[in-house]
Amino acid sequence: MDKKLEPIVKAVQDKFSATYEEFRDEVHLFLKPEQIIEALFLLRDEYNFELLSALTATDYWPQTTPRFHVIYQLTSLEKNLSVQIRVPVNGDSPKVPTATGVYGVANWRERELLDMFGIEVEGHPDPRRILMPEDHEGHPLRKDYPLGYEEPQFTFNFDEIDLRKPYAKE
Amino acid sequence: MGVEQKLGNMGVVTTTLEGMVNWSRTNAMWPMLFGLACCAIEMMSAQASDYDMSRFGMELMRASPRQSDLMIVAGRVSKKMGPVLRRLYDQMPEPKWVIAMGDCASCGGVFNNYAIYQGVDEVVPVDVYVAGCPPRPEALIHGVMTVYEKVKGESFKQYAEKYK
Repeated sequence: MDKKLEPIVKAVQDKFSATYEEFRDEVHLFLKPEQIIEALFLLRDEYNFELLSALTATDYWPQTTPRFHVIYQLTSLEKNLSVQIRVPVNGDSPKVPTATGVYGVANWRERELLDMFGIEVEGHPDPRRILMPEDHEGHPLRKDYPLGYEEPQFTFNFDEIDLRKPYAKE
Repeated sequence: MGVEQKLGNMGVVTTTLEGMVNWSRTNAMWPMLFGLACCAIEMMSAQASDYDMSRFGMELMRASPRQSDLMIVAGRVSKKMGPVLRRLYDQMPEPKWVIAMGDCASCGGVFNNYAIYQGVDEVVPVDVYVAGCPPRPEALIHGVMTVYEKVKGESFKQYAEKYK
């Protein structure tokens, strides 16, 4: 871990009783969903992590508790540090408080979370789908969503695929 | 025009009305550009000076669907873009033809996932498919010539049955 990062990690650990893991100079802090906003405010105001580089999630299906890890990657430009906050969320009705009050860029990132993973964000000002069309059902980046859309066509199954394909009318 | 030679320099040509109409349609077919992705670059270079498409009648590419005959769908069409494509196709006046340029417009190409239509013929009816990733400008011109041959073979009876 970077020398400058150690006191920061220690401060977060003491305040929120969080655990952390290290992997190749990256620090991952594990927090609970209720603690996120406070931690983000702390890191942004006191320690100058002014850039939210990434707000994504990973899916660890078939392990259901916790199924999703919501990841906040914070970067400090002046100190050249970055720290990652991971929030394990359950699979059955995942909810996360919104980070738009802290970082404005979280608005569209959380819409992407909603669209691709189905993680609900409480208090979001504009909860719509962002990448898929509005009437699409399902959340594509979950691990139990089917991978391909159509099976590859060979000569032996071309006619079957041809019958099922929704050709356009005039 | 063998009759012309027989009649000498009288300047008279006889042909059928269908032949006349189809000839005039092929000689000034203006495409509507629907360049979505990488195939659009090849379409642009086919229109540019080295592989000139103006030789074949496509003097300019109209961006407005109301003023064009041919729609070249160049590139991958995503699920969100599908209704837009259909709407633009509906706004084109008859007679209209569609070229699906490239692999992604013909069959989905390398993308077999939740976001891309597997072939643009799920959205609009396609006349000619041009294969390639991206197709060379000469391949696109060959596709255009195939559309011309299709137009030259059309007859009024087909139109009458279509609009019965």
